[in-house]
Amino acid sequence: MMKPDMSALETHFGAPAGEDCGLLFDVDDSSMPAMEFPNCPNFDRFQAKTKDMVKNKRGTTTLAFIFDRGVIVAADSRASMGGYISSQTVRKIIEINPYMLGTMAGGAADCQFWHRNLGTKCRLHELANKRRISVTGASKLLANILYSYRGMGLSIGTMIAGWDEKGPGLYYVDSEGARLKGNRFSVGSGSLYAYGILDEGYRFKMSIEEAGELARRAIYHATFRDGASGGCVSVYHVGPDGWTKLSGDDVGELHFQYYPVQKTPVEQEMVDASPSTA
Amino acid sequence: MAKFSPYENNGGTCVAVAGDGYCVVAADTRLSVGYSILTRDHSKICQLADKCILASSGFQGDIKALQKNLAAKELVYEHNHNKKMSCPAMAQLLSNTLYYKRFFPYYTFNVLGGLDSQGKGCVFTYDAVGSYERTGYSAQGTGAKLITPVLDNKLKSPNPLILPARDAVTPLSESEAVDLVKDVFASATERDIYTGDKLEIVVINSSGIHREYIELRKD
Repeated sequence: MMKPDMSALETHFGAPAGEDCGLLFDVDDSSMPAMEFPNCPNFDRFQAKTKDMVKNKRGTTTLAFIFDRGVIVAADSRASMGGYISSQTVRKIIEINPYMLGTMAGGAADCQFWHRNLGTKCRLHELANKRRISVTGASKLLANILYSYRGMGLSIGTMIAGWDEKGPGLYYVDSEGARLKGNRFSVGSGSLYAYGILDEGYRFKMSIEEAGELARRAIYHATFRDGASGGCVSVYHVGPDGWTKLSGDDVGELHFQYYPVQKTPVEQEMVDASPSTA
Repeated sequence: MAKFSPYENNGGTCVAVAGDGYCVVAADTRLSVGYSILTRDHSKICQLADKCILASSGFQGDIKALQKNLAAKELVYEHNHNKKMSCPAMAQLLSNTLYYKRFFPYYTFNVLGGLDSQGKGCVFTYDAVGSYERTGYSAQGTGAKLITPVLDNKLKSPNPLILPARDAVTPLSESEAVDLVKDVFASATERDIYTGDKLEIVVINSSGIHREYIELRKD
């Protein structure tokens, strides 16, 4: 298989996938799993329709924000392929290590693979430098990899949230190569709805329960209005001792908690009337 | 002049159901191209390790290549670690193998079934580029959209992401699960042109692997 000329990006690919069965990454500065490229005139458009067809596209709502007690990260759990719901139980919040979380939006396989790869790199950093990697460093590692695959059709919109020596950290990283530091992000098809609730209810000083409840409400409202989001709301908190899962709630049940059914007077009359007619 | 496409969909459906101490993996045996049936007797199921079975539908050329690839990697693992691969380990390997061809994918829709190291049934479901998830049951292939709603109705368990965690035990016994799979394929055969001929059912439990064949409609 012919490899396109990548020298301008100053990266190099590791050994071809055959030699070490593709199970191990080469340990070097810009280590990257070697991928075969099809030998064809227009690489970017190669089998574009088929690739689009087989890709597990995802509508999603994920959000994360920093407040005075740390970082809250929340996401729904639906995966859709066009109009078909392929799963309601997807883990969109990935545990990179005990003090760092990543969220998934975009292509399911892309997010899973590269987050796992990031976790591996973070661990190697710890072993090489005898200290944990910072959120800044981890997000930069991921952003650099995604930038080198820019234009090849990866679809990843992720937030890296964690607690390091500088305190809470939150970065947005995507497959276009963007890497943004911020206090509040929401990513996905339902993000607009989530921003509505999140921006309105956000204050820097909040208790952990209040912050978790804000996140839960924001995701719930996004699942209510966005067809591509649904399933379960998972809410995580990242504090100085690492992350903990605050809650996991089925959105269908959450709806009736927020908007309980009101009994109407007509129903009561019917209940009273039935014994006399029986 | 038709442009050459390296892919082709040979049809077929695969289903797997996991329970407490067993796993049922089933696939039809019809191989089609367009409106023609090439053979009624083609197995889509491959045993990768002693408690791990892969069922794949999609493009048979890629399926054969993928199965051979995985079998070889499993052998290397055995030589390096002096033990057979467990089902969750094979699940990760399959995901990585699929992703390594991210820019020229295997056109395969896979379902991996087996027993985990505690002896509980496990099913892993994949998309074509390697995203995967452990579930209690799964269907993939041309008949999947017909089958999945029925499995949801019979087998749907509380979402594993819910906190506090609710116990998700499949309510069915092994024989009930096998009967469900047979029924579900009979229904899919009625409405999907690519599913039919014969059903191959493989059951894995603590005593080993057991295979049976059921006739389906041949039209």
